[in-house]
Parts: sequence; structure tokens; C-alpha cells
Amino acid sequence: MYVSADLLLNALVAGLLLGGFYAAVTVGISVSFGILDIVNIAHPGFIIVGSYIAYIVNAQFGLDPIIVGILGLPAFYALGALTYQVYYLSFEKRGQEALRGLAFFFGLLFITEVVLILVFGVDYRYVNTPYVDKTVTVGLVQLPMRMVVPCVMSLVMLAALQLFLTRTFLGRAIMAVAQDQLALRLMAANPIKIKRIAFAVSIATCALAGAFLIIIQPVEPSIGREYIGRVFAICVLGGLGSLPGTLIGAMLLGIVESFTATFYGPSWAPAVAFGLLLLTLAVRPAGLMGR
Amino acid sequence: MLVFLLAHAIGNDYLFYAGYIVVQYIVLATAWNILGGYCGYVNFGSAAFFALGAYTSVFFHKTYPLPIPALLVIAAGVSGLVGLGTGYLTLRLRGAFFAIATLALAVVLQTLVVNWNYVGGSRGAYVIRPSDIEILGVKLDYIQYLFLIIILLAAIAVTIARAIERSKLGYGFATIRDDELAAEASGVPTLKLKLIATTLSGALMGMAGAPFPYYIGYLEPASAFGLPYAVNSIAMPLIGGTTSWVGPLIGSILLGTLQQVATVTISSAVNLLLVGVLLVAFVIIAPNGLVGLMQPHLRRMGWTWRRPSSKSKASASASAASSPSTEST
Repeated sequence: MYVSADLLLNALVAGLLLGGFYAAVTVGISVSFGILDIVNIAHPGFIIVGSYIAYIVNAQFGLDPIIVGILGLPAFYALGALTYQVYYLSFEKRGQEALRGLAFFFGLLFITEVVLILVFGVDYRYVNTPYVDKTVTVGLVQLPMRMVVPCVMSLVMLAALQLFLTRTFLGRAIMAVAQDQLALRLMAANPIKIKRIAFAVSIATCALAGAFLIIIQPVEPSIGREYIGRVFAICVLGGLGSLPGTLIGAMLLGIVESFTATFYGPSWAPAVAFGLLLLTLAVRPAGLMGR
Repeated sequence: MLVFLLAHAIGNDYLFYAGYIVVQYIVLATAWNILGGYCGYVNFGSAAFFALGAYTSVFFHKTYPLPIPALLVIAAGVSGLVGLGTGYLTLRLRGAFFAIATLALAVVLQTLVVNWNYVGGSRGAYVIRPSDIEILGVKLDYIQYLFLIIILLAAIAVTIARAIERSKLGYGFATIRDDELAAEASGVPTLKLKLIATTLSGALMGMAGAPFPYYIGYLEPASAFGLPYAVNSIAMPLIGGTTSWVGPLIGSILLGTLQQVATVTISSAVNLLLVGVLLVAFVIIAPNGLVGLMQPHLRRMGWTWRRPSSKSKASASASAASSPSTEST
């Protein structure tokens, strides 16, 4: 097959843009699974809910999805805090998170999907913004704005979260929970409260990630499942609990997926993430930036 | 057998179909429970193993049609090997990784099948079944033959689960579930046991899938890998109770029947919602499932599940009465 330079370059750029967006989708999992050790497989479900909220508000009031996402942060934060409370009382406290906690999140994912299908049907939904159908061409490279805007915003979100985790007292407390709960308790901090805050933050990111998602592609309730593999693949690939690792992992996956789609056809793309995940688990389970 | 005769006697085609699906879930739920309930490792990929068995049938149907019993053995081999492989890659790590890998497995396999035109690709494949078959001189409608096979499979699955529970293997599994580190430290070969459980569980799920394409006549990836299989084979044991073979059996009969009724009377989307809500409610409120809820009452009445001498009592107890397994054990 003849491969031209601009095809290659465009695939690469598309992959990087996609990777930036994947980072936003994964960052919540990096906090909940990577730092807190909560296997929240319902995470993509929350993201799809975020997408639908962006869709409803956009369709009703014409508000930009990203603004909707920012306005939705407190609501998702509260939702996350509530979810953690239920999870903690029902499973973590009883030491049953391994089997029943997983089943709980699986059930949540399933319920959100079915409820969305019941309410909205299986039609694809999309949003209207001034920049969705615009494309900027720089040299040989085409930059579709529907990819660029979410990618940039997602990098901003990632940077903000990284600053929060490393520079603020609360952020450092969250990192400390991951390392030694007992020590935290000895210093008169309540690890449960800190974990609740951290989990709520991880769910709050779904409000924005959902908004990005619906800008990038039309959304229907069951696409959340495709993202389970992606987010965990990125999270494991990058190294659990490391946000820079998440970004690198996301970019890598974005590039690999973009090349697969360009050269083999998009129908193979879903398998890429999972193949990468299985490979990482088999070869280097600690991930690229792992401890 | 009872279910079969009942369905046959009524002669209602839909009832016959529904019965098959419910019995099929007995196999899936019991198979899931061997790994999930006994060892405590969650498999989200039941649909993958099931579809693997189903597509093994489709593949051989196209290349060289084999009788169903041969297909069962091959499907068990294929699914068991895939189970072993996945387990080997991920079971040395924390439990969560295995769960995620099984989710991954389902999508990888589905993508493979979608892109593999020989078995129908995303369009699906038609499997024409013979109209009837003669066994031991008795001429049987092919559908009835398949029904008998799935009932036999359910009986085998439940018998295996029951046998494991009372064996050394079962106690080994239980130590993994309760405290893997302690088990490892006291010399239990945990990795080996986990691999046995994964292989066995995968093989049984594959066997459940093998007759399915013949039964349904048309198989496409989206339905073969459908989320309902994955959710149900988790929900049924967890709702029934995971610690004994009775749990998945009760869970699959109750939940399976409930779903068939709900699909007809309400809608298929609502019935899936029902399963999700029940699953979440049960893991929060009744962690030991229906069996756990009933146990105190049963004990008061003098029944126990686990006493080895109480075989007849256990099978006589209320909820297992209508199941095929009671006749076989």
C-alpha cells in the first residue's frame, strides 16, 4: 500500500487530538481506580449522562456544551459523593468490595444505559455549536475544530487537576490516602471523608468529559461500553494514579487507534484498546509511569 | 425433565422457547458461580465465552457439520482454553485486573467476529437445523432434541458445581475467596486453583453457547455478545446466593422466568432495567442472596443446605423441586 506523508501526518495529528480527549475521559478513573483503588466501571456511564445533559441544555437553550459541563460540575460532584457514601457503607466497610462492589458498579452502568434508552431511545444525539463543523488547515494538516476544542479544554482540565493534587493540602491528602490510610488516621484526618471528596472529584470530571464526547461524536446510550476498555487501558498503560502517565497513555492509545482506523478500517478500532490493555497487563502491569 | 415435559405437554411454542432460555441461564449462572461465587473473581465476559461456543458451532456448521455432542466438546475446549489464557495473563495480578480483562475479552472477540466474514461478520449467519433426529430408535423433533441437550447440560453443570463444593477443590476455592494471601501462605496453590476454576467456568459457558445457533437459527454478533448474558450470569448467582450451588439455580429460575414474563407483558428494555435494579438492590441489602435470606428460616424448620447426609432433604426443599438437577443428582 502506498502511504503518503500527509496521510501519515494527518493520522498522527488526529491521534494526538483524540488522545487529548481520551485523557479527559480517563482522568476520573485515574483518580478513583488509580489513587483510591475503587474499581468504578460505571465511570463511562456517568460520562454518557454528562453527554445527555449537555445535549438537553444545548437543544433547549442553545448553550455551549462546555459551559454546560462546567455548570454541571457541582451536581456531578454531589452525585459522586452520594455514590461513594453508598459504596462505602455497603461494601468497603464490610470488606466486600472485591466481588459485590464490582457487581454494584456494573449494575449502575447497566441501569444508566437502560434508563437512557428508555427515555431517549437508541437514536444518536448531537449538539450544535458554531465550531462543530469548522476545520482549520495548517499546511498539510487538517484540524477539525470539533476535535481541537475538546482536546485543549481537556488539557486545561488535566493541568488543573494535577495542580490540585500536588499543590493543595487537600490534594496531597488525597495522594496520602492511596499510600497509607492508617498514617492519615493517626494524623487526625478522616480517610473516608478524603476519599469521598476524591471520588466526588473523579465523578465531577464526567460532566466535562461528557460534554467533550458529544462535541466529538454523536452519542447513544450504549457507547459507554466502548469506553470501559479505553479508560482502563489508558489508566493501566500510563501507570495507576499518575496523571502525566494518563496523558501519555491516552496520547499513545489515540495515535494507535487513529493509525488502525486509517490503515485497516474503523471497524478494528475498538479491539485496539483492549489488545493494548491485555498486552500491558501481560508485559508490564505497573504501566509506563508506574511506581 | 419436568420443565421439558411440562412445556411439551402445553405445546405452546413460546413457552418452549422461554423454557430453553431459562435452562440456558442455569448453565451460565452456575458456570459463573464456580469462579465468581467460589473463588471470588468476577467475570464480566460471560457473553464472550457463550458467544465463543456459539460461533464454534457456526464455524463447523459452515465447514463440516458435526453432531451437537461433538460440537459441545469442541466448544468446551475452545472456551476453556480462552479462559485459561485470560486467566494465565491476569490472575497473577489483583482481582480487579481479571475483571477488566474479561470485559476487554468480550470486545476483542466481538470485533474479531464482526470482521470475520466466514462466520457471517456483522451481518450474522443463518444456521439451518435438520428438522428431526433419531436417537435410540425414537424420532424426535430437532428443537426438542436441543431442549433435552440444554437440560442435560444444566444437570451436568449443577452436578459439577455441587461436587466441587464438597470436594478438596471447593475448600481450596473458598480459601481464595476468604483470604488469598493467607491461603497462599499456608501452601494452597492459589494460581493453579484459580486457573482450574477459570477454565472450567469458561468451558461450561462455551458449552451453553454451542447448541444456541441451531436453536435460534440465526446468529449475529450484537446478540451473541449481548450485555444481557453478561449481566444475567452475574445477577442470577448474586441474587440467588453465591456460596452454594442452590443459589445460581434459584436465581436463574426465578430471574429467568421473571424476565420472560416481563418481556411479554411489559417490554424488553424494562425487563433489563429490572435485572439491573434487582442486582444493585441485592448486593447492597442482601449480600448473601435469597439463600442467605432463607437460611435462618430453613434452619429453624430443620433443613440445612450443607449437611452431607441431607441430600434427600435438600432436594426436597421447596425451590429446587421444579429443577432438572434434582432428578439427576
